[in-house]
Amino acid sequence: MIASAFRDAGFEVVYTGLHQTPEMIVNAAVQEDVDVVAMSVLSGAHMTLFPRVKMLLDEADADHMLLTGGGIIPEDDVTELERQGVGRLFGPGTSTADAIAYVNEWFATTHAG
Amino acid sequence: MNATARSDEHQALLKHFFDGKVLGLARAITVVENERAGFQELLHTVMASGPQTKRVGFTGPPGAGKSSLVAAVATEYRKLDEHLGVVAVDPTSPYSGGALLGDRIRMNDISTDPGIFIRSMATRGSLGGLAATTKEVVDLMDAFGFDRVLVETVGVGQTELEVTAAADTVVVVLVPESGDAIQAMKAGLMEIADVFVVNKADRPGAPRLVKELRQALHLRAGSALQDIPAHHGVDLGQAMKKERTTDAPAKEPEGWSVPVLTTNALTNEGVEKLLDTISEHRVWLEESGEIEQRRRARAAIRIRDVVDREMRRVAWKSDDVQRLLREGVEEISAGDGTPYSAADVILGTLLR
Ligand code: B12
Ligand SMILES: Nc1nc2c(ncn2[C@@H]2O[C@H](COP(=O)(O)OP(=O)(O)O)[C@@H](O)[C@H]2O)c(=O)[nH]1
Ligand SMILES: [Mg+2]
Repeated sequence: MIASAFRDAGFEVVYTGLHQTPEMIVNAAVQEDVDVVAMSVLSGAHMTLFPRVKMLLDEADADHMLLTGGGIIPEDDVTELERQGVGRLFGPGTSTADAIAYVNEWFATTHAG
Repeated sequence: MNATARSDEHQALLKHFFDGKVLGLARAITVVENERAGFQELLHTVMASGPQTKRVGFTGPPGAGKSSLVAAVATEYRKLDEHLGVVAVDPTSPYSGGALLGDRIRMNDISTDPGIFIRSMATRGSLGGLAATTKEVVDLMDAFGFDRVLVETVGVGQTELEVTAAADTVVVVLVPESGDAIQAMKAGLMEIADVFVVNKADRPGAPRLVKELRQALHLRAGSALQDIPAHHGVDLGQAMKKERTTDAPAKEPEGWSVPVLTTNALTNEGVEKLLDTISEHRVWLEESGEIEQRRRARAAIRIRDVVDREMRRVAWKSDDVQRLLREGVEEISAGDGTPYSAADVILGTLLR
């Protein structure tokens, strides 16, 4: 659903499917040379998954990519993850328009000039 | 970004590329795919050593199992310790310009293998089953040093014939559900196929499709004897005919008779046999000299592509031409001209 919303907003979305390990995600992100990595974590494992992907991206020399996502993530965890350098995270009830606007804004500020 | 900064960036990128770093390849592909300034120089630099890799294309209707089969085939090649590049093309939505590239979903089992590099591409409005720069991306992978590159086309059905411009061996993947052999003939698949695969062999109807395809191929073999160069598709066929009339009469290659195989991409049944057949085709390509013909035909297409693209760019970026375009539109709307008269004026200026 999120992926097709981004497609409809004119993005090229590489959809990898469910149950990706952080290694698979980072490998795909590097090979596809993407601008943004967006993860949906509904399992409650967000506090390990997001930091691990962030770390692997940094190791792969891909720290210029925005890591964002959503799922069922409590406020406090969102704050903590953002402190660790993860981008904005979208909890239940998010409108996809907000997420798209956020990514567009990020792109405009980081790729200006 | 100014030209020096860009060329520094490309130097850094090329260093990574020639050091065999995946990041260098990934970024080079982005530069080429987006036709960023300097992309032609970049290609020129990396292509200097000429084509080395074996290129295998997979085409066929959507849902036929191309991605699954590519994954199965890639797994098999990895057992032989080949290093592989994979390019998978999916369609761009004509409404939003966005795309959902889903071929990786079927390739999850191989997606962390460091011996395989997978790249998804969106068609971005180009017809023919490939993206505008898929051929260039295959060239990059070639230069990067992969033993083999697998190309999966988009699979929209009728107009998949461009794959011949990117591959030495074209595998056409059909399934019982995709219709009968007559439809395959109408779609021009008989001309481009080096190997037919009936996938989903577990489904009813597979044996019938195999039989129909074999019959259709026999019919074709009868009528194709005077017309052997047509073997490899529309444009390419034309280009190859030209080659033949200008070159000294090449030794006619022993014909390749197109085999029809069956596979089940989910259980790997028939996949080993497919690999053997691809190898046999390779041997035939090399022994008959056909590979050289195909590479020449491909080179001709590529030169034309570059010239076409540059001509278009040079033409439309000129202020004069833009002015003439606007004037032409005014004339037409005032009833004083036609698109032809306006184009004449523009061409006159360009060719002066
Ligand atoms: C469908 C579903 C599944 C599907 C998931 C399919 C998929 N990944 O798309 C399947 C069957 C696989 C599944 C499995 C599991 N599920 Co489940 N699942 C649900 C269910 C019913 C709906 C979730 C859903 O897809 N909603 C639709 C999405 C679009 O909405 P959303 O999640 O609210 O997302 C919004 C925001 O979070 C945000 N967002 C979400 N992702 C992203 C990504 C990006 C990039 C952005 C920008 C925004 C964004 O925007 C969305 C729109 O507002 C919920 C219950 C519920 N009603 O919420 C349980 C639920 C999420 N599942 C739950 C659980 C426990 C599991 C499992 C762990 C079960 C198990 N033991 O195996 C596994 C985990 C699988 C995994 N690794 O992720 C719990 C989570 C509890 C928790 N976190 O504490 C829930 C809440 C059910 C419950 N009440 O127990 N589940
Ligand atoms: N039964 C069966 N299903 C298959 C086989 N190969 C692929 N599939 C399924 O067919 C669907 C489409 O496969 P995919 O590889 O995405 O097809 P593509 O669109 O041609 O790339 C998926 O659900 C696959 O699991 C096969 O040999 N047998
Ligand atoms: Mg596919």
